[in-house]
Amino acid sequence: MKPEPFAITDANEAVANVAYRLSENIAIYPITPSTPMAELSDEWSVAGKKNLWGDIPTVVQMQSEGGAAGALHGALTGGTLATTFTASQGLLLMIPNMYKIAGELTPFVMHVTARSLATHALSIFGDHSDVMACRGTGFALLASNNAQEAADLAAIAHAATLESRVPFLHFFDGFRTSHEINTYQPLDNDLLGELVDEKLVSAFHRRGLSPDAPSVRGTAQNPDVFFQAREAANPYFDAAPGIVDDVMERFGKLTGRRYRLFDYYGAPDAKRVIVVMGSAADTACLAAEKLNAAGAKTGVLVVRLFRPFSLTHFLDALPKTVEKIAVLDRTKEPGAIGEPLYLDLCAALLQAAQSGQMKDRKPLTLVGGRYGLGSKEFTPAMVKAVYDHLIDDKPAHGFTVGINDDITHRSLTVDEDFRVRLPDTFAAVFYGLGSDGTVGANKNTIKIIGEGTDNCAQAYFVYDSKKSGAMTVSHLRFGPRPINAPYLVQEARFIGIHQWSFIGKYDMLGFAAEGATVLLNAPFGPDKVWSKFPREVQEVILAKKIKLYTIDAYPVAREAGMGGRINTIMQTCFFAISGVLEREEAIEKIKKAIEKTYARKGRAVVEKNFAAVDASVANLHEVVIPAKADGEPAPAALPATAPDFVQRVTAVMLAGEGDKLPVSAFPVDGTWPTATSRWEKRNIATEVPLWDPDLCIQCGKCAFVCPHATIRLKSYDEAALAGAPEGFRSTEYKDRNAPAGTRFTIQVAPEDCTGCGLCVTFCPAKDKANPRRKAINMEPQEPVLERERANWNFFEELPLPDRPSLGLSIKETQLREPLFEFSGACAGCGETPYIKLLTQLFGDRLIIGNATGCSSIYGGNLPTTPYCTDANGRGPAWSNSLFEDNAEFALGLRLAADKKRGIARRLVKVLKPKLGDGFVREILGAGQGDELSILAQRERVEALKRKLRDVDAPEAKRLAALADFLVEKSVWAIGGDGWAYDIGFGGLDHVLASGRNVNILVLDTEVYSNTGGQSSKSTPLGAVAKFAAGGKATPKKDLGLIAMGYGDVYVASVSMGASEKQVIEALSEAESYEGPSLVIAYSHCIAHGYNLNFGLSQQKLAVDSGHWPLYRHDPRKAVDGAPALQLDSRAPKARLRQYAENEIRYRLLMETQPARSKELLDRAQERAEDRRTMYEAKAQAKG
Amino acid sequence: MNLQTSYLGLDLPHPFIVGASPLGSTVDRVRAAEDAGAAALVFHSLFEEQIEHHESGLHAHVEAYAESFAEASGYFSSAVDYHYGPEEYLEHLAQCRKAVDMPLIASLNGTTPGGWTHYARQIAETGVDALELNLYYQPRTDEEYGALIEANFIEVVGKIREAVSLPLAVKLSPFFTSLPHFVRRLELDGAAGVVLFNRFYQPDIDLESLQLKPSLHLSDSSELLLRLRWLAMLHGRYELSIACTGGIHTRDDALKAVMAGADALQLVSCLLQKGLGQIEELRREVAFWLEEQEYESLSQARGSMSYLHAPNPEALERANYLRILQSWEA
Repeated sequence: MKPEPFAITDANEAVANVAYRLSENIAIYPITPSTPMAELSDEWSVAGKKNLWGDIPTVVQMQSEGGAAGALHGALTGGTLATTFTASQGLLLMIPNMYKIAGELTPFVMHVTARSLATHALSIFGDHSDVMACRGTGFALLASNNAQEAADLAAIAHAATLESRVPFLHFFDGFRTSHEINTYQPLDNDLLGELVDEKLVSAFHRRGLSPDAPSVRGTAQNPDVFFQAREAANPYFDAAPGIVDDVMERFGKLTGRRYRLFDYYGAPDAKRVIVVMGSAADTACLAAEKLNAAGAKTGVLVVRLFRPFSLTHFLDALPKTVEKIAVLDRTKEPGAIGEPLYLDLCAALLQAAQSGQMKDRKPLTLVGGRYGLGSKEFTPAMVKAVYDHLIDDKPAHGFTVGINDDITHRSLTVDEDFRVRLPDTFAAVFYGLGSDGTVGANKNTIKIIGEGTDNCAQAYFVYDSKKSGAMTVSHLRFGPRPINAPYLVQEARFIGIHQWSFIGKYDMLGFAAEGATVLLNAPFGPDKVWSKFPREVQEVILAKKIKLYTIDAYPVAREAGMGGRINTIMQTCFFAISGVLEREEAIEKIKKAIEKTYARKGRAVVEKNFAAVDASVANLHEVVIPAKADGEPAPAALPATAPDFVQRVTAVMLAGEGDKLPVSAFPVDGTWPTATSRWEKRNIATEVPLWDPDLCIQCGKCAFVCPHATIRLKSYDEAALAGAPEGFRSTEYKDRNAPAGTRFTIQVAPEDCTGCGLCVTFCPAKDKANPRRKAINMEPQEPVLERERANWNFFEELPLPDRPSLGLSIKETQLREPLFEFSGACAGCGETPYIKLLTQLFGDRLIIGNATGCSSIYGGNLPTTPYCTDANGRGPAWSNSLFEDNAEFALGLRLAADKKRGIARRLVKVLKPKLGDGFVREILGAGQGDELSILAQRERVEALKRKLRDVDAPEAKRLAALADFLVEKSVWAIGGDGWAYDIGFGGLDHVLASGRNVNILVLDTEVYSNTGGQSSKSTPLGAVAKFAAGGKATPKKDLGLIAMGYGDVYVASVSMGASEKQVIEALSEAESYEGPSLVIAYSHCIAHGYNLNFGLSQQKLAVDSGHWPLYRHDPRKAVDGAPALQLDSRAPKARLRQYAENEIRYRLLMETQPARSKELLDRAQERAEDRRTMYEAKAQAKG
Repeated sequence: MNLQTSYLGLDLPHPFIVGASPLGSTVDRVRAAEDAGAAALVFHSLFEEQIEHHESGLHAHVEAYAESFAEASGYFSSAVDYHYGPEEYLEHLAQCRKAVDMPLIASLNGTTPGGWTHYARQIAETGVDALELNLYYQPRTDEEYGALIEANFIEVVGKIREAVSLPLAVKLSPFFTSLPHFVRRLELDGAAGVVLFNRFYQPDIDLESLQLKPSLHLSDSSELLLRLRWLAMLHGRYELSIACTGGIHTRDDALKAVMAGADALQLVSCLLQKGLGQIEELRREVAFWLEEQEYESLSQARGSMSYLHAPNPEALERANYLRILQSWEA
């Protein structure tokens, strides 16, 4: 039955709520999916929430997880209760300190949302590879499987660590458990007080390092004693499992929930048993229960305490009847004879046999397999496949389940029709866009049903990888009993499709059960909808006997003053037709929920939502379903011209069917083709910019600022216009140097544009008679789509201007082809225009090392890749190593390019007799300072390759492979401020000091954008960010000044909205400088909290107010006695406050704590003025 | 000289009150106004747009990004209570109420009967003595007719009246087809006073950027004449009190406004130009003049030059224009 009292949150909140109350110091650093635990702790601390003992835990954000681990080690050594939250790469960074903490027998619990480690690719999703990398540290590894267990085992871990002195790593599955909302019983302070022994806390406090009772730790030990001393702690590890079991027993008495180190579920006389850890255990139990009901003898052994491993407890839990065991590991250790859990079980059973404990058992067959890597779904059908596998006489070891491995044939066949029906459970699936509020509405629905009725609620949300126009899929279940089904809804009785554009693109009805009710937001009346469906959709509707309702929600939303937010409307319709609650009761509850949710946002919002609720039902219609399908077949997703890989692989992923791709579809080493984003055609803009040639002054600014490279310009010979589609716009090219008859066009890619409108806002050309109209104007996409698609296709075929003829004006940089296009960045992104410009300037010889963060996500998050190639097949080569090491990684890329060039030059010299003196002199001595000379060198390299074909020498073959490196490569490290100012600063500093020709572009949004706006050392004084909820009280680090201190580093501070020209000059100078360069680029961001349409004017205000000075520090200038530093912005003409007032990150503090905000902004003003004075002096000083 | 007056049921020692302006924007300024002898103070307005735009802007540009990306459920702390506009204003009122004893009048500016009217209740809770409702609406289409706009205004007043029992003054623009009738309706609907007249931000044009730019110039005495006409027309017809705002800069301006029928005189531009000392200066000069002219009190002069009492009321009628024109022809 539903627990009482109950809470409905995700496991992150359930765990943080326990960990916070049992800690005194908390050191944090954001990393997905653990970030919410750190955020909650910080918020609670700022709000003054107390721990169990009445103190407010201190929460300190560090520069990296390595830093957090160090701080924790100190806080623990000092004798205070401490905790942290992390995952994946962050956990890896903590490992060195984990060895220390465990080696020193320090009570400590860290809570880990188990997440994949980056290998062939990064994955933010869940598996146990991070946790398993900590097996050797000496930490106890304790696994929980759902929100209830996560809260419970968190408390048990905190209690057991104090008693055992063994530190604990408590983990639960990233996303599947950490982010799944579920109904559970929270633990109150009385319970925690009963569980945690006060005397042990005091003992721990007393053991802390203190000059009043001094001791020394961290000694260096020599061969005479290290070994023995290392073994001295054995009794503690031996005792730990017993202590955990004792605590579990006490906990069981207090709550009725008795956990064991190994819990067995299933037939008491099971023959086939699955051993598993984490959320998959719940799925396995559901499947075993169904199989056993049909007469099978199966069971599930759930491992909770993996380390220290207790053989006794394991054997006690394992039924004596077992004949075959499959051990499921959610990790992969390539080259190992088995994965970690399997190996431990092998050793356990061998030891048991050797000690005679297996005598009364049958001979056992033990195999191991892998499942669920990177949050791959794990369903009851997969569990059955594993049990079926055990029926074999000799089941193969090393299998996989959940994928189709058509290369090494290790995967098990899964009977997809095997489903577990959850009795009395109502399941629903909702498809929405991130921006339409679907997820928020569903969270609200969970509250209404989960809190307002006797039902339990479960919800899991799936997001796609895009930051703009992202699709969200919400999986909701409701029922009278706790719902521990940690896999997606398989048969939904209700499907909500909140966007018409999804129809035909994705299989929207795949989750629909027979007779399901489907609610569709469609821009057509109920009588027209059927005819608009592709035939395939009609057929499914008929086959599944679907009851279809439709509403045109956007006009209803607009009418109610809700703009584009259709969430309340769709939610009301769900309640009106799903039958999950009585309609009237539901509407009343929705209104109450609205009142509660929005009361603090103001009455206006509440009333608008009320109006939306009232209008919803009136506009909801049931669709009469005809007897047969008569629609047109869905058009092909991609044109036939798309490359083979895109057709075979990318297209399948784009359709949301990536799970079906077999192993053979994929590159073996994570190397992925570029230039695939152009096939995606997302069509997410409701309005697109259209060009008016008559008004245009041909400045190129629109293309310059376009974040997605969807506005482009070309100048071309008028002859190229032959065959232009009707309505293709072209005008005379206004350039003195252009030959007569040169034409000019600005064209939008209508299906790739996100509709952000930055281009229109930035356009300086206005119609004199009607200044509202500019040379580029937003117009509804749908009516112009067909025409503009044809225009775009024609535009793409127009010849490109000759690159060497192009200068560095704004317009001429934009006449260069961008080699970074249609990324998944936010609409209006402030970072991507810089990257796009970089590719326009040096794209065909660009090597990018990209720090993890927004730029690695929109730069390399599949399904598609935005970096692309020119007509010669050249383009940026891009790789993401890690978050913390990007400067070093780029340095390595530089070393590689230099080495290859060095070898090539040496070989050219070796082959001089064959190549000819003159040619060798030319190719080795060629300058490559501009496009023309680079082109000349490319031609020489081609000539060299031709010559080498005729040279019969081993050196010739080697040289042929390296010859391209005789053309200079441009190596850039790109990343955000989280990397450059914080986690990667040490490496960045080292690279700056190295003298090597590495260029560093910092896309400075002044917060950790990708993980949701946490404070970095770049966050300005007085701005509110997560982890700085009370406003940042310390000034922004002056990274440029630090770099200038080296003297030989090129440094520039740029802002596209303030001076495009200066950005171009800075990037060009940085590239041409034969040493380290640092370009810090102001990047507006959604985390600043304003309409990004004004991003560029706000950038300008940042400069005009002195917040963001523009400068270039070029050591080459200092050689002639001139100052190296040149200030490119004038003395501030606006107050900092004018800039700050426009952004919610500042306003939050102005309005919640005006006095503090004033004080911080006054300090920021003073600092900006001081810095200006200092820079002015520096700009006048002799270099 | 007895300068006492009653405005919105508040007994004031003299008619000079500080009008809605930056002069009420900080606690220190409000204290200074009291120290300078102001009879009362009207706060700057809380705008309907301020309330609604903050709320919808917050929605559009902050919350629209929430719940749409796996790595970030949002970009601002969910625990921070977002205070936008209204709360800050309410807090300010409450602080000022604690700091001074003079009557304080809050000001709301809006035209549509939307959710914002609920803020009136919260304003009342801050302890202010009265509320000034600033009604101004710019019609934008040719479908909006005068009666509709007036009906909307009346509905807004009704909503505010429902929400609070504070004395309510309605600040009007001069652009009504029949101001006397509209004021009657306001009175019937519970208004305790009217304020004549609103002064507006006027859009100017930036010739370089081809953008409209709002501008507001300080008033001068020439603006008083329009107010004198309507004070005189309205005086004596209603129970509600009437304040004059706009164009009072000198002793004579003040006397004329009172004689036309004003119960209270709101000062802004003259205080911004010459400082708060002007309150005392005007009070003293008016008292001196009344004494010199042997008036018994200021009340004796109030309305003496209104339509009801002026010796030549026809000067307030349309005939006024004709006679002047004819006199020029003659």
